[in-house]
Amino acid sequence: MIEVDVASRLGDFSLSAKFAVNSGITAIFGKSGAGKSSLIRMIAGLSAPDSGRIALGERVVFDRAASINMPIQQRGVGMVFQDSRLFPHMNVERNLLYSQWAAGRKSAVSLGEIAELLGIAHLLKRRPHGLSGGEKQRVAIGRALLSNPQLLVLDEPLASLDASRKAEILPYLLKLKNEFGIPMLYVSHSLGEIEQLADTLVLLDAGNVVAHGPIAQMLSNLELPQLASGPDAGSLLFATLNHYDEQWQITEFGLEGQTLQLPGQLGNVGQDVRVRIKAKDVALACKAPDEASIRNVLSVVIEGITETSGPYAEVDCRVGEQHLRARLTRHSVHELQLAAGQQVFALIKSVALDQ
Amino acid sequence: MSFYLTDAEWAAIQLSLQVASLAIAIALPPAVLLGYALARWKFPGYTLVNALVHLPIVLPPVVTGYVLLVLFGRQGMLGSFFADVFGIVFAFRWTGAALAAGIMAFPLIIRPVKLSFELSDGQLEEAAHSLGTSRLKTFLLITLPLALPGILSGAILGFAKAMGEFGATITFVSNIPGETRTLSLALYTEMQSLSGDAGAIRLTVIAVVVSIGALVFSEVISRRLSRKLGGQHD
Repeated sequence: MIEVDVASRLGDFSLSAKFAVNSGITAIFGKSGAGKSSLIRMIAGLSAPDSGRIALGERVVFDRAASINMPIQQRGVGMVFQDSRLFPHMNVERNLLYSQWAAGRKSAVSLGEIAELLGIAHLLKRRPHGLSGGEKQRVAIGRALLSNPQLLVLDEPLASLDASRKAEILPYLLKLKNEFGIPMLYVSHSLGEIEQLADTLVLLDAGNVVAHGPIAQMLSNLELPQLASGPDAGSLLFATLNHYDEQWQITEFGLEGQTLQLPGQLGNVGQDVRVRIKAKDVALACKAPDEASIRNVLSVVIEGITETSGPYAEVDCRVGEQHLRARLTRHSVHELQLAAGQQVFALIKSVALDQ
Repeated sequence: MSFYLTDAEWAAIQLSLQVASLAIAIALPPAVLLGYALARWKFPGYTLVNALVHLPIVLPPVVTGYVLLVLFGRQGMLGSFFADVFGIVFAFRWTGAALAAGIMAFPLIIRPVKLSFELSDGQLEEAAHSLGTSRLKTFLLITLPLALPGILSGAILGFAKAMGEFGATITFVSNIPGETRTLSLALYTEMQSLSGDAGAIRLTVIAVVVSIGALVFSEVISRRLSRKLGGQHD
């Protein structure tokens, strides 16, 4: 549990943030200049807010009223910066173990485990300046993990990497989440990264927390244009891998008692996955199509229809407990006479699998 | 003309080495601390301190020497304090020559030191703090080693300057053979005597060699070290 209630003025910029999130991965999302970095610097103890209180789990690390301002060394926050910040005069191994030989910390995980997990075992004797951006960032993550943190704070860890390097790091972050269960604050301005990783999202805009909550709920909230508009906006759904069909090479996923099919062998039976479905890839039909090439058809109930100022309407549908958004033209909504409470069929053209 | 140094010239060179070594020992620690402060902190009086540090470059050396004489002479405020409390006398002693040389060399030492602290902006220190090391330990383990090229190059330049210091030295501690007659003062003395041309030329050659050597050495060291320290510049 991370509880934050802080306010600060930095010149013309004022930051005011109040939220409480459970462990897991919490994404702090917002545009550049929204105050994301300022906020996590306060949480980590690199700067102090003017007023307020910050608690990490049971520990109150900052409380202006009670004059508590725990120094960063004691907060147990592992930081991963955008620019890895490895110590250039030490090799990778010395960097990884810095908190142990220099600060006497003990880590529950060993260097070997971390090096194995992050795929950096072959780099231990190298100096940081010879490493690629992706390698540096993995070493930085390992260094933070080996400092025995209670909370891992990642400040745009992928922002300085190109697309292929990002794709290289993301699976490691997912592994961290699954294998260590260490709470993470993940700062990013990339919705794509967040959709793949985060459990909870804190939305920051111009120094204020606009909203915070479970990721899928936040992404389908049409009142948050920062998240829910744009051509790639859509829904995030949680599904389970049920079956792999050898003959047709199709993987079947269970979603609220219904089935999604994706081509290829995409993991192991029983695995929980996230699927992203763009609103523009969902069509609605009043009757189940019986002869169509689209295989993914879900029976859904319309929760609400929001007409935007343009030609489109956003239709919020419910699949069991989860939400699926469809972006139709207002014209279609009118012709099909769609209305809230109606049971319809969602035809899904394309599904992206996250993990 | 003989290429060989006379005993008096050898003594002057040895004395110069001794004076310059003590001068660096006196000047380097404050130069490192002050260089760090000037590079990383903004504090009231910053401009004044910065100007004071560089003053010996622009001030006539004779003025610096005279101020030292007033302050550190036997009757001077600081001079009597050091003599009474620590038993250290500066006036007309080689230690005084080292003090004068250290002060004159100070601006040359502090410049590369300050520059190397300026190269990094405290981000690595933040990372080190987050990994649990205190401010002092972080300074010793991260900041100082990374500034080493600048510190060494400042020390070498300062050493060369201290070896050849003239104006402030002769004003403060006079020109006493075996005590304060360093290389430059010996050269000056030879110039004053009718038969001193050969000696003056020998000492001039040595001064030129020492200076060029120091410049080259300082350049090589700082380049090699910054490469070894992981190329902050690449």
